[in-house]
Amino acid sequence: MNGVTTLQAFVAVVRRDLMLALRRRADVLNTLVFFIIVVSLFPLGVGPEMDMLRKMAPGIVWVAALLASMLALSRLFAADYEDGTLETLVLAPQPLGLLVGAKVFAHWLISGLPLVIIAPVLGIQFDLPAESLAILALSLLLGTPVLGLIGAVGAALTLGVRGGGVLISLLVLPLYVPVLIFGAGAVEASAAGLGWTAHIALLGAFLAMSLFFAPWAAAVGLRIALE
Amino acid sequence: MNLKVHWYYYAAPSTFYRLAGRAIPWFAVAAAILGVIGLYISFFVAPTDFQQGEAYRVIFIHVPAAWMSMFLYVVMAFWAAVGLAFNTRLSSMMASAIAPTGALMPFLALWTGSLWGKPMWGTWWVWDARLTSELILLFLYIGFMALQAAIDDPRRADKAGAVIALVGVINVPIIYFSVQWWNTLHQGASVSLTSSPSMAKTMLLGMLIMALAFWMYSIAAAFARCRAIILERERTSDWVKALKEGE
Repeated sequence: MNGVTTLQAFVAVVRRDLMLALRRRADVLNTLVFFIIVVSLFPLGVGPEMDMLRKMAPGIVWVAALLASMLALSRLFAADYEDGTLETLVLAPQPLGLLVGAKVFAHWLISGLPLVIIAPVLGIQFDLPAESLAILALSLLLGTPVLGLIGAVGAALTLGVRGGGVLISLLVLPLYVPVLIFGAGAVEASAAGLGWTAHIALLGAFLAMSLFFAPWAAAVGLRIALE
Repeated sequence: MNLKVHWYYYAAPSTFYRLAGRAIPWFAVAAAILGVIGLYISFFVAPTDFQQGEAYRVIFIHVPAAWMSMFLYVVMAFWAAVGLAFNTRLSSMMASAIAPTGALMPFLALWTGSLWGKPMWGTWWVWDARLTSELILLFLYIGFMALQAAIDDPRRADKAGAVIALVGVINVPIIYFSVQWWNTLHQGASVSLTSSPSMAKTMLLGMLIMALAFWMYSIAAAFARCRAIILERERTSDWVKALKEGE
């Protein structure tokens, strides 16, 4: 196979997507700014009482992260679909599931990791205790890749479809429910002084499961879209 | 004697069209008869509940609807998967035909549930695990239908729908248990359905007959919708044209 191992192909796809993203930095920043704006809107909507905001913070940050990573999904395959790169990937001798995994990984580095890094700062605005800030970052670190992986299936299926943007939210948001429950739950549990390890363990289980199934399902979706 | 069954004979849309046409009246009549018997038992035979009074009688619609909502999703995903795996057109059409009836069931369950909840719990809605997961199930049905409606090419719509139905069917148990644990963590509703005393035999009988009526209705409705889908998709084929001229 031209001497290109699957690992080399994986690295090549990740590097290419990262380079493309760095050439268009505004797109990357938009997701992050969207996340910050949504989180900042909540206190304006529900009032500035710190006790209430502290209670709501995990849910607010997590819902905002859900929406931000969902909005970023439309960029995952769209450009490659338009310029034909996707067809090359489908025809490549390497397993398509693996290449999809590489794309999702690069996508997460661009749109998921910044959310993980900025989230503790937003948590401070909501007066979360230090330990909860760490748990918030940890839960997002495990949870955002799951969002990207599940979202990849939705993104593949809605490729080139009318009204894809709204449609993808209909498909993907119900499937995000377990991640939201245990992501926000971990932070809430730590803020309440309860054990949070079970929540984090379950998030890890979701990550393992979606790592196994989602690239494969997304690859099937891409093949259907390109038929 | 040759007892060999030609399983694939009815996999062709043209033959299934005729079979379904003959079967629909039977299922529809069965649904009507069972429905009348079931409703008679529920309203006149089943005793008044000593805790919940007369209002509990909505259970005879509510519980069968909730059962069907989950069952139909699995059936729908099954036919979608068969269509995806074996590339049989009819199975995919069946999946699309089941979806609207399936979506009706969680809607009915939620609607009757809130009618029941108001007199019993004093509120139209609680964030109870079962209510919430039923709501998410409704969203999954809507997502399936929206995806199929958005894709113009019917074969691509079938396959894309099959993938999302299968992803959904893996997720339904995960969502169900997540919501259940979420609910216990939040210590939400202090009222629970499980605390009610064991059911009288006539109540159970009424509920089972109503469930059978729902089954028959679902089969009849899905078959009727499937016939319409077949006609629409096969409109250029010879047998549909012959059908039209025969009338």
